[in-house]
Amino acid sequence: MTIIEEMARKIRIDIIQMLAAAKSGHPGGSLSAADILAVLYFKEMRVDPENPHWPDRDRFVLSKGHAAPVLYAALAERGFFPTEELLQLRKTGHFLQGHPDMKKVPGVDMSTGSLGQGISAAAGMALAGKIDHKDFRVFTLLGDGEIAEGLVWEAAMAAAHYKLDNLVAILDYNGLQIDGRNEDVMNSAPVADKWRAFGWNVIEVDGHDLEQLMNAFELTKNLRGKPSIIIAKTIKGKGVSFMENQAGWHGNAPSPEQADSALRELKGGKDHE
Amino acid sequence: MSEKILNSGEKTATRDAYGKALVKLGGENRDIVVLDADLSKSTKTADFAKVFPERFFNMGIAEQNLIGFSAGLAASGKVPFASTFAVFATGRAFEQIRNSVAYPKLNVKVAATHAGISVGEDGASHQAIEDIAVMRSLPNMTVLVPADAQETYQVIKKAAEYQGPVYIRMGRLAVPVLFDETYNFKIGQANIVRDGKDATVFAIGLMVHEAIKAAEELSSQGIEIAVVNCASIKPIDREMVIRMAKQTGAVVTAEEHTIIGGLGSAVAEILSENYPVHMARVGIKDVFGESGKPDELLVKYGLTYSEIIKAVKDVLAKKQS
Repeated sequence: MTIIEEMARKIRIDIIQMLAAAKSGHPGGSLSAADILAVLYFKEMRVDPENPHWPDRDRFVLSKGHAAPVLYAALAERGFFPTEELLQLRKTGHFLQGHPDMKKVPGVDMSTGSLGQGISAAAGMALAGKIDHKDFRVFTLLGDGEIAEGLVWEAAMAAAHYKLDNLVAILDYNGLQIDGRNEDVMNSAPVADKWRAFGWNVIEVDGHDLEQLMNAFELTKNLRGKPSIIIAKTIKGKGVSFMENQAGWHGNAPSPEQADSALRELKGGKDHE
Repeated sequence: MSEKILNSGEKTATRDAYGKALVKLGGENRDIVVLDADLSKSTKTADFAKVFPERFFNMGIAEQNLIGFSAGLAASGKVPFASTFAVFATGRAFEQIRNSVAYPKLNVKVAATHAGISVGEDGASHQAIEDIAVMRSLPNMTVLVPADAQETYQVIKKAAEYQGPVYIRMGRLAVPVLFDETYNFKIGQANIVRDGKDATVFAIGLMVHEAIKAAEELSSQGIEIAVVNCASIKPIDREMVIRMAKQTGAVVTAEEHTIIGGLGSAVAEILSENYPVHMARVGIKDVFGESGKPDELLVKYGLTYSEIIKAVKDVLAKKQS
């Protein structure tokens, strides 16, 4: 098992533990993005947990802010704060808010939660990098339900207009949103064509294939003059069999029994080696 | 202290002074960037774009993204001034301002022009009458309304120096110059434009000029009113509001804004909790505007010195009864 695989597994375990402790939150879209975050925080991004405000760091904006657990787990595993803190998620007075708060959580680069706003701010950060001739990059994770927000496309148009090739969006394309399947709630297909038409480089990968994800990020480094989007085909609830592909697990925390079963499954992966 | 950007006696719109202020401050602070949403000729950010094209970004007709980009720029150390008409800045992009600027307390300056009914011919869709109310309700937000060109320059300068979100409300109409270069605007401080003993008029924007006219007229009738310019609506100068209420015992507010949630409300909130006196609010009476010549609309919607005089006489009658 590679370090990144191990981290993705740890992140998933953290997600289940923190949501079970919080008794609320969003497991489905957090689990679907665990592999993406593992690659970003343990391979791709230039960050320093000791210096979260380092001006030359790469930035990450969780545009789908409700997947806060996956971000908090990645940050804690990367060393931005102790993993024990994760169990205090959503508790009154604790810094781990239900949606990311940049003023409270070390390593969170932008407060998000209202969909569509993250990619717009991420593009602004990328523009700041261009103005200052800095080489940092900005990554932002979008949900597939989220792209129904008009602001996503305002930002997409402007990012291409200003040739923000230091901006990389990742679409967590798990096909499900709160009220059901994307195509039933609001059909956004053909997604890749839309981004291409907006002037973006589009790379399509299996969002749970670490090799494919790493290659895609590598590729974006050499694509100049345009922003890039990695459309990552994912499974909502990935890694916990009873949560996989179930829209109902968008915003419900597991019961203690369900959490035990999920953790057995996630930890079991290691025992089999 | 302050610097002269205009000759006194000149009639200038606050938006014109905004463009000039941006050029001046842009030369002093390289972190200042300016964003607009296809209205740069009207908001006067085009003045900045001409001198600093590499720091000017037109976002096209996309106000939500105007604010989102500004938030990202601020999060990366820039001092963005985001400009468009007040109705779009605070209405269309309200939630971007709330969640991406005010909540994370990012250093974005939302500098809006064409506020109020004096937009004129474009009509109600373009006349922001509620912008102060909505911006004032946001935690972390500072709300500033300059009354003339000199004050605009100072407001822009102080907003740029201040760390945090600021909403600046400017107008389309040319207004007389009130202040000279000795004037020193401070966030959180009101200033007495004219002192008086019988009543106090707290005013903002072009209503400051109307309040002065009202004071002159009333003075000839033997009534001496104080006029206080409340350019800093949030934080408001509580001490000054209470002090003037104590000094004069009657208060009128005057604003080119709905009487719900703006300056009148801000003053009423302070006085009702601290020192209740008879009070009247001059402003737009919970209605939308319409197309017309700005001067005619100001008369039709009761935003004139004669309305202020009526309001003063009304509170004086109550005070004496």
